Amino acid sequence: MRLRVTTPNLTAASVGALSLTLVLAGCGGGSTDSDDRAANAPKVDCTQFTQYGDLKGKTITVYTGIVTPEDKAYTDSYKPFEECTGATVKYEGDKAFETQILVRAKAGNPPDLAIVPQPGLLRQLVETGRAVEAPAEVAANVDKFWGADWKAYATVDGKFYGAPSGASIKSLVWYSPSEFKDNGYEVPKTLDQLIQLSDKIAATGKKPWCAGISSGEATGWPITDWMEDMMLRLHGPETYDKWVNHEIPFNSPESAAALDEVGKYLKNADYVNGGLGDVKSIATTTFQDAGLPILEGTCSLHRQASFYAANFPAGTRVAEDGDVFAFYLPGKDESAKPLLGGGEFNLAFSDRPEVKAFQTYLSTDTWANIKASVSQGWVTANKGLDVSNVSNSIDKLAAELLADPNSVFRFDGSDQMPGAVGSNAFWKQSTSWITGQSTKQTVDNIEAAWPK
Amino acid sequence: MTATDTSLSTTTPVTKGSGISARARKRLTSPWASLAAVVIAVLWTLPTFGLAVSSLRPEREIKTTGWWTFFRDPTITLDNYRAVLSAEGSEGLGSFFVNSFVITIPSVIIPICLALLAAYAFAWIRFPGRSVLFVAVFALQIVPIQVTLIPLLTLYVKADIVGSFWTIWLSHSIFALPLAIFLLHNFMRDIPPGLLEAARIDGAGHRQIFFRVLLPLLTPAVAAFAIFQFLWVWNDLLVALTFAGGGSEVAPITVALANLSGTRGTAWHLLSAGAFVSIIVPVVVFLLLQRYFVRGLLAGGLKG
Repeated sequence: MRLRVTTPNLTAASVGALSLTLVLAGCGGGSTDSDDRAANAPKVDCTQFTQYGDLKGKTITVYTGIVTPEDKAYTDSYKPFEECTGATVKYEGDKAFETQILVRAKAGNPPDLAIVPQPGLLRQLVETGRAVEAPAEVAANVDKFWGADWKAYATVDGKFYGAPSGASIKSLVWYSPSEFKDNGYEVPKTLDQLIQLSDKIAATGKKPWCAGISSGEATGWPITDWMEDMMLRLHGPETYDKWVNHEIPFNSPESAAALDEVGKYLKNADYVNGGLGDVKSIATTTFQDAGLPILEGTCSLHRQASFYAANFPAGTRVAEDGDVFAFYLPGKDESAKPLLGGGEFNLAFSDRPEVKAFQTYLSTDTWANIKASVSQGWVTANKGLDVSNVSNSIDKLAAELLADPNSVFRFDGSDQMPGAVGSNAFWKQSTSWITGQSTKQTVDNIEAAWPK
Repeated sequence: MTATDTSLSTTTPVTKGSGISARARKRLTSPWASLAAVVIAVLWTLPTFGLAVSSLRPEREIKTTGWWTFFRDPTITLDNYRAVLSAEGSEGLGSFFVNSFVITIPSVIIPICLALLAAYAFAWIRFPGRSVLFVAVFALQIVPIQVTLIPLLTLYVKADIVGSFWTIWLSHSIFALPLAIFLLHNFMRDIPPGLLEAARIDGAGHRQIFFRVLLPLLTPAVAAFAIFQFLWVWNDLLVALTFAGGGSEVAPITVALANLSGTRGTAWHLLSAGAFVSIIVPVVVFLLLQRYFVRGLLAGGLKG
């Protein structure tokens, strides 16, 4: 699901206010951009680009599902490459990316480079036979800057296809720092403490949690994230991998226990649905609106990914001492730090030299830092990322969690499961589950939907 | 069609036609029927009206309350329109608007030209296999366009015209032709054969008959189909998405509208304003040509 994997700009306008660590661009590179745009383009020492050679007159097309306003940070981050090598990068954002890229690949009209938000989709694209393996330089950069797990997500049948791009963190709980301070609540360090905190808030007569899973045809996906988080916490990453790859069935006792653990929060009438209604209102509340009661003080806790920051109205201060912030959804005990997240990958469909050069540029720490400095709400798991280039506090938190050596990162499971489950049965059965279906029935139904 | 017939002063008995219409008028002018018509019209217009009101409200109010609360506390702003027309970060709807015209006009003209010729042949030239061929063309309407998307795109890739306007023009023409031929054929069959025979006796060939006799009579039919096709192409998203890609060079306004709400739909308050910008042209076209539109609606249903 594209919905969950990228992190958006809080406001595109504030990008302009960023003080870049890099000197502002002077040369226009033959562009027709307004002054406002040119001022955002970071100017980089071209010596870092000599390895790519002279690519004057060459064009690279990029196709992605990332549209306005996040697209601007991408095009801005390409400008140093364009200015130093002379190549032109054509960025094409399309919300229908996930279906159209398959159509275009099958018909033989793929872009040079696609920013693919799911390993499952990447595999499907590789199976069309049009994708090309990543060049050796990219593979070397990925070995250097990313963990082996990230490389594995873009590896199909032993061949490595593309460098990771952005990343997002889902194991977060949104809360109101001022409410915590006023009532003396502590940020929980273990799952038990989280339950204790919930009980404590519930004892005051307030519903501590708010949630919403409505999202058009994708209704139900926030529960899949909850369940994946609990699967990681109760049974560890190894069992999680087996579960995602269907080495243990979906209706196994581990799986049912994870869903029951989610039920302790979301199906508990004492805990939900703060400011929104009863348990059933979870199904009808859109995920965009579900965390807003925190601002009104009618809800205290909301589990949602880092990108949720964009959903708070303009003017909300998202910071450790602001109106709203997030803490890491704790592990079973303090030593375990499982981290659920998502990310994109740069998949190439051409091995022309300029495409290879551009791909290589996108896999460097240079690009990661340029991209972070022009973005709001964007992080990457690239170890070369300097956290000081990350501008807002929630992205800092995400970047720190990603860089934490104790963190065990796992990619969103439903994005890796077969489409019939990951973007169909899992969502639908989760919705039925929240409106009253039993846990056993739910996991049995999802298991039955798994392609044989 | 009655208008065409009477203006031709053919053999149609005038008294019979006016008798029916008088009776119909009598029946339709009951106050209850008028009331029903008004109620239906209001119900039908209400969503559009709500959309119009929404497009003028500030972002925060759109996102928190329904449009009907506008009347309690009316605040009007043009911010949404401003944001839509000069979208920060990427291009506004302006260039896509131009693209839509560049796509729509040839996509209307090409099928009409081809269909007129084909319809003439089917209606007035005798050749073996005519009816079989006509039924085959008509049957092509049944083929859902979704089935043809990938094969067509593959052909375009082989012809190396991908990424240009040609793919969209050709696709829309292909998809429009069966209905266009069918509609225009029915109009042509309607013209009294005596008229053509007279022309032929006067020494006119196919070319002269077509241009001098038939074409002037067919203007309403051509206009009716042109409106259908114009609205269809203007509002089309699927064909444009598949064949134009999402690039700003060839993509029409519908593609830009679909992307307007942002990657995760956080800017959905802009959609109502965007919809109104894109509605303007079809509304103008409809208002200018609406009398042909009704005629065109009747044409498909009554003949055949």
